[in-house]
Amino acid sequence: MINLLNIQELAVHFGGLCAVNSLNLRINSSEIVGLIGPNGAGKTTAFNVITGIIRPTKGKITFLGREITGKPAPVIARSGIARTFQNIRLYDDLSVIENVMVAAHSSVSYSFAEAILGFGRFTRDEARIRKRSQELLDLMGLGHLTREKANSLPYGSQRKLEIARALALEPKLVLLDEPVAGMNPTETSDFAKFIIKLRQDTSIGIGLIDHDMSFVMNVCDKIKVIDHGIEIAWGVPHEIRNNKKVIKAYLGEN
Amino acid sequence: MPDENPKRDKFLTFISLSFLLCFLWYADNHFSNYTLRILNNIAIFIILAVSYNLINGITGQFSLEPNAFLAVGAYTSAIFTLSPEEKLRSFIIEPMAWPLSEISLSFPASLVVAGVVTAFMALLMAIPVFRVRGDYLAIVTLGFGEVIQVVANNIVSVTNGPLGIKGLAPHTNIWWSWGICIFTVLCVVRLVNSSYGRAMKAVREDETAAMAMGINAFRIKTLAFTFSAFFEGVAGGLLAHLITTISPSLFTFLLTFNLLIIIVVGGLGSTTGAIISAVLITWGGEALRLVEEPISVLGFEYEGIPGMRMVLFSLILIFVMLFARSGLMGRNEFRWAILINWLKRRKTSEAKNQ
Ligand SMILES: Nc1ncnc2c1ncn2[C@@H]1O[C@H](COP(=O)(O)OP(=O)(O)O)[C@@H](O)[C@H]1O
Ligand SMILES: [Mg+2]
Repeated sequence: MINLLNIQELAVHFGGLCAVNSLNLRINSSEIVGLIGPNGAGKTTAFNVITGIIRPTKGKITFLGREITGKPAPVIARSGIARTFQNIRLYDDLSVIENVMVAAHSSVSYSFAEAILGFGRFTRDEARIRKRSQELLDLMGLGHLTREKANSLPYGSQRKLEIARALALEPKLVLLDEPVAGMNPTETSDFAKFIIKLRQDTSIGIGLIDHDMSFVMNVCDKIKVIDHGIEIAWGVPHEIRNNKKVIKAYLGEN
Repeated sequence: MPDENPKRDKFLTFISLSFLLCFLWYADNHFSNYTLRILNNIAIFIILAVSYNLINGITGQFSLEPNAFLAVGAYTSAIFTLSPEEKLRSFIIEPMAWPLSEISLSFPASLVVAGVVTAFMALLMAIPVFRVRGDYLAIVTLGFGEVIQVVANNIVSVTNGPLGIKGLAPHTNIWWSWGICIFTVLCVVRLVNSSYGRAMKAVREDETAAMAMGINAFRIKTLAFTFSAFFEGVAGGLLAHLITTISPSLFTFLLTFNLLIIIVVGGLGSTTGAIISAVLITWGGEALRLVEEPISVLGFEYEGIPGMRMVLFSLILIFVMLFARSGLMGRNEFRWAILINWLKRRKTSEAKNQ
């Protein structure tokens, strides 16, 4: 087990609003870490900072021992951090398989000139990317929808497609922002099995945001709870379940 | 869904290109000069529409560059094909600056230089513009179009000022224009069907999600823009040696507006649409000359209104924007498999009817 992500004293301010305040978080390989908290707690903002979409106000983020704080999003993605989005962000007008193939772009070895000439590395790479993308779609149970347009899929399938796309980056760490939101209980328990298996098969580290407590408690090795950008608890699921501060944050002050 | 079959598709493409070449050969030998001129225009507008669609439709970056890049390409190639004696003769206000006055290149070499110079200009614009997010490209390219006209009017020792460059050899014929047109379409189609093309579309669909998947949006946009610019520059060279006289007033924003209509009517993002629409509108534009000429129908005298064609084109654009926003093709592309399946279905339905 190696340390993948290490966040120290991270803070994000939007004007006067302090969305994240001195957050510390470690995620190791083969580990599923939950990040939970009420709406507006700053969870998505934390993911946005890790993946380079937002710059932090303060703090330090390292990935595999190298500092990535404030680096551009594509650089961070290529270094091995993939993600999904809370409000699904697929390439709507592209086909299902194209959505996945886009994420394999960083593994392409041919130049645009070779793409135009169209032989050698181009043919080889395209065949490899297509095959790998099809495998990932099969893995997510979307194998039969390859040629559909992404925005024609039902909600649950779109979430799965986002995960297939994230995995096409061949990441070492995947950040999932509310992956089971909108899924029914059967789909949710299937998905729980899926990520536990994924972790076993690949040693990928997983960061996970969700509001479905039984799902989070079921799959996570460790859980961090934040409220109003401030960390209020950190521990294994049963510690979190019985933590007074957590119960108070979720049920309100009264 | 129809099946793809790369070998069959390549074969069919090859066959249809051969047919096109036969047609061009026939046209070259039998058609009037006027008709040939229209055919040349069509080829040049296909080149322009397909490249313009690459940045606007495929990559989704609203840009207004064609008139500027056409001007850069036309002037560059014209400056390089004139012989030193011709330059001495036609630059009467101010002699041409050395060493331009001494250099003379063959027509194809001048086209390559035109493409490279235009692409370089595009690169200079892309670097500051694509560093920031937002629709600055449209403003910058629009401004560049104005600047180019001012430059062409005032740097007399390079462009011969408002007099323009006259007496260019009519190098552009059916073979050059259609040869380069086919080459451009093949290049653009191949690029769009590669991982680079998918990345361009991903940037168009959702730039943040594209970057989160490791796509350097800055690089991809720059690639699309410079690539478009190269072919627009080459098209400028073709145009210059088709009409043989160029002057600053030729490259107004109207040209860009025309192309915008072409790619919107064809379906923003569809190369097939850009081609079909370039043919229809270039050819239709000639046919519509009628409305600008005096005619008398059943005793009614119609005087012909100059500029009427532009009114009609604007109406077409407004109509498409309001009622048929996805244009002729939407974002779909022609594929052999679709045509074959359609033919098969027609056959079976015919068999049923009998
Ligand atoms: N780009 C932004 N600009 C301004 N405020 C933001 C932005 N993104 C999030 N916020 C604010 O930051 C707080 C935390 O949001 P978020 O991280 O989305 O919470 P959640 O824990 O529900 O995912 C909220 O108050 C939200 O309104
Ligand atoms: Mg959120």
